[in-house]
Amino acid sequence: MAFGRRRTHLGTEADRATFKTLHTASLASPALREGLTAVSAERSVRHLHNLLGTPAVAITDTADLLAWDGSGDHHATQCSDLARATVEHGSTRVADHREISCGQPNCPFGFAITSPLVVEEHIVGTLQVFTESATAGLVRASDEVAQWVSGQLELAELDASRTRLMEAEVRALRAQISPHFIYNSLGAIASFVRTDPDRARDLLLEFADFTRYSFRKYGEFTTLAEELKSVERYLLLEQARFGDRLAVTLRVAPEVLPVAVPFLCIQPLVENAVRHGLAEKGDGHITIVARDVSSDCLIEVEDNGAGEDPERVRRALAGDADLDSVGLGNVDVRLRSTFGDDYGLVVETAPGAGTKVIIRVPKFAPGVHA
Amino acid sequence: MTSGADAVPSIVAIVAVALATLAIGTWGLRFSRTTSDFFVASRSVRPGLNASAIGGEYLSAASFLGVAGLALAFGAEMLWYPVGWTAGYLVLLVLVAAPLRRSGAYTLPDFAEARLASRRVRAACSLLVVAIGWLYLLPQFQGAGVTMTAATGAPSWVGAVVVATVVLVNVLSGGMRSITFVQAFQYWLKLTALLLPAVVMLMVWLGDGAPNPADAGGDSAAWSLPLGEGGGQGLYLTYSLIVATFLGTMGLPHVVVRFYTNPDGRAARRTTVVVLALLGLFYFLPPIYAALGRVYADGSHSDTFVLELPRLVLPGAAGELLSALVTAGAFAAFLSTSSGLSVAVAGVISQDVMRRRRTSGVTAFRLAAVVAVVVPSAAAVLSPDFGIARAVGLAFAVAASTFCPLLVLGIWWRGLTDVGALAGLGVGFACSATGVGYALGATDSSGWVDAVLSQPAAWSVPLAFATMVGTSLATRTRVPSHVGRFMVRLHTPEAVRVDRG
Repeated sequence: MAFGRRRTHLGTEADRATFKTLHTASLASPALREGLTAVSAERSVRHLHNLLGTPAVAITDTADLLAWDGSGDHHATQCSDLARATVEHGSTRVADHREISCGQPNCPFGFAITSPLVVEEHIVGTLQVFTESATAGLVRASDEVAQWVSGQLELAELDASRTRLMEAEVRALRAQISPHFIYNSLGAIASFVRTDPDRARDLLLEFADFTRYSFRKYGEFTTLAEELKSVERYLLLEQARFGDRLAVTLRVAPEVLPVAVPFLCIQPLVENAVRHGLAEKGDGHITIVARDVSSDCLIEVEDNGAGEDPERVRRALAGDADLDSVGLGNVDVRLRSTFGDDYGLVVETAPGAGTKVIIRVPKFAPGVHA
Repeated sequence: MTSGADAVPSIVAIVAVALATLAIGTWGLRFSRTTSDFFVASRSVRPGLNASAIGGEYLSAASFLGVAGLALAFGAEMLWYPVGWTAGYLVLLVLVAAPLRRSGAYTLPDFAEARLASRRVRAACSLLVVAIGWLYLLPQFQGAGVTMTAATGAPSWVGAVVVATVVLVNVLSGGMRSITFVQAFQYWLKLTALLLPAVVMLMVWLGDGAPNPADAGGDSAAWSLPLGEGGGQGLYLTYSLIVATFLGTMGLPHVVVRFYTNPDGRAARRTTVVVLALLGLFYFLPPIYAALGRVYADGSHSDTFVLELPRLVLPGAAGELLSALVTAGAFAAFLSTSSGLSVAVAGVISQDVMRRRRTSGVTAFRLAAVVAVVVPSAAAVLSPDFGIARAVGLAFAVAASTFCPLLVLGIWWRGLTDVGALAGLGVGFACSATGVGYALGATDSSGWVDAVLSQPAAWSVPLAFATMVGTSLATRTRVPSHVGRFMVRLHTPEAVRVDRG
């Protein structure tokens, strides 16, 4: 009874075979999603071997063996040559016993089927299947498995390029700060050189510290204290330029200063606030608040500028429209990708009512540390 | 007890403390933080201020009332409570403070997740935080009831309800979250409320010819012996208490949360050193009360004798005023500790229970705060009073049997696995909870079974350690792959430039 029930539960023989194949493939896929390396090859080759059921399976890059699973590993030395030949050939190639003969009398290998692994139209490696007899079915199966592996590697490439894109955007943010601001700050400092040399010297030192922080190479995260220090330097330099036209209120709960935040996630918002605040009415008031809210930290950047149509801001955050706000979308994406969708930017604005941008950051998130 | 006109100063004191706490909670943040001054951001919380805040949150009703009451009744053996509660910070300083801060964890469940990369261990730790928090809150609310009765003659549930309401309003209105300044103020208020009457009473005592407390009555040899009565059992009880208090401090949810405020591991260590000094200073006072109590108030053996002592030593208006001051300090103790604990428990409930159900942040926290306060206060009204210090001691025993092994092994041993941690936490909790259940339903029995069950720490802590180590060794393959990197981050001083990736 129990047996019968279990069998109906799992379906027919064919169903189970399909399930087993898919399961074996899914075991190999996490390793392959990390890209083609000796480690990922080592971890996935066992499952590919199970999938194909031949005496041995090997994975190579374009020149060298990365991983081998199965019997007869004295053939492993031939993998390099087979790989090179297949890269030259460009498609699946079957080598017979004349090519891979080892001279040992009871060696099971008569044939090696070598299929290229292709990522974005480049051959990055090969999948090699060692077998007694190369039936047409096995050749086709090897080819299909190689294509599936190629697909996984392509996904890995996609992940990698997404990360690279994000890094490039952070680099772009760093670069974005520079041109106008550097020119204007130096101009403002120059105006103090004769009238108030001490202040000019102080401002230059602030400027040096500001650029050192903004252009730093390492680290995806920083502490709120560091980020706010940089914001303060920035505001000091802007005040040197605008004088009394720019008023700033900073209200920071010291309890949240050690919180880890994405590098340069507040700086762009403050730049926007300064621009908006000063653009319309001529004198701007900027308020920066950091509050301790249980297990989260709340950061608000507010200006008294002209405000914006909320619908336009919504579209800009969704990536559909261009906004006169540097890096708003970038900060939003980085916050979401780091802390999850619950932690996106919140923008409160209306025409004529100023703009308030709110960031929420958890005090602890796994893998996030300054 | 007292009634009529006698109660007026105490009632005024209680109302004043409650109102001041609410007012600071509601408006304090605005007053203390509004500034157009630059470079506020670089002013992180100094170790001295942070240590005062930890002291303010940590010194509960048990320290303020319970220790002196126990020492008066049972003698020097009960001084192991304050010794242990202070020495717990020494263990914390040496083994935990800096690495825990460097781990970046805000709560104990955060640390478990960061170290073991396991949601299941995190969930277990969250449950434990709630359990320990409630066990610790229960005597706070009960103590408030007892104090209220002693000070005003009101029924004992009134005090529990008043404290629970003030705490709840405060937490809901967003005040008292972790305002360092407010909590630091609470420490100095508590210290003054005990120190000033103590100085006055000591002068009266000197004027009376300084009678020796040990001779004042009862068995003076037994009163001065720093060991429990009953030979081997007394020795066991004393050692068990030492284990629970020395190792339990690091597992208290509201203490750990405060360490996050330190900018780095070095500051965390400095803070702990200052905490040791501040606690040492404070715990100097309860023994003075106990000794004076033996001279002037022998016979009243309860948690409230500290409140009555000034009146007994110094009859008249001066005594009434000093009693009112002590009552105010006691209420400050209930409010600050209960607030800190409620916030910590509510934070864990809202983060790990409510957020799963997609309740939004503020609503979740408010709901969680209601649950966190109402459950223990209801339990406090319904269950019988069994001594503030003893009940708090049980909370320490649970913390020592669960979080101590997790933290110590998690920080100092690479081999800890998620399965090992779960097994150890389970065994430690099961053993210590058996003790708590036994003590809560205690009958007046004695003998070895009673001793072993009512103070479980001496065997439950080693058992939890052994389980954690044994199970981890058996599941060696499950050691998280990032453990090497994590250890580098925990143990490398900030001054060393190294990739903490």
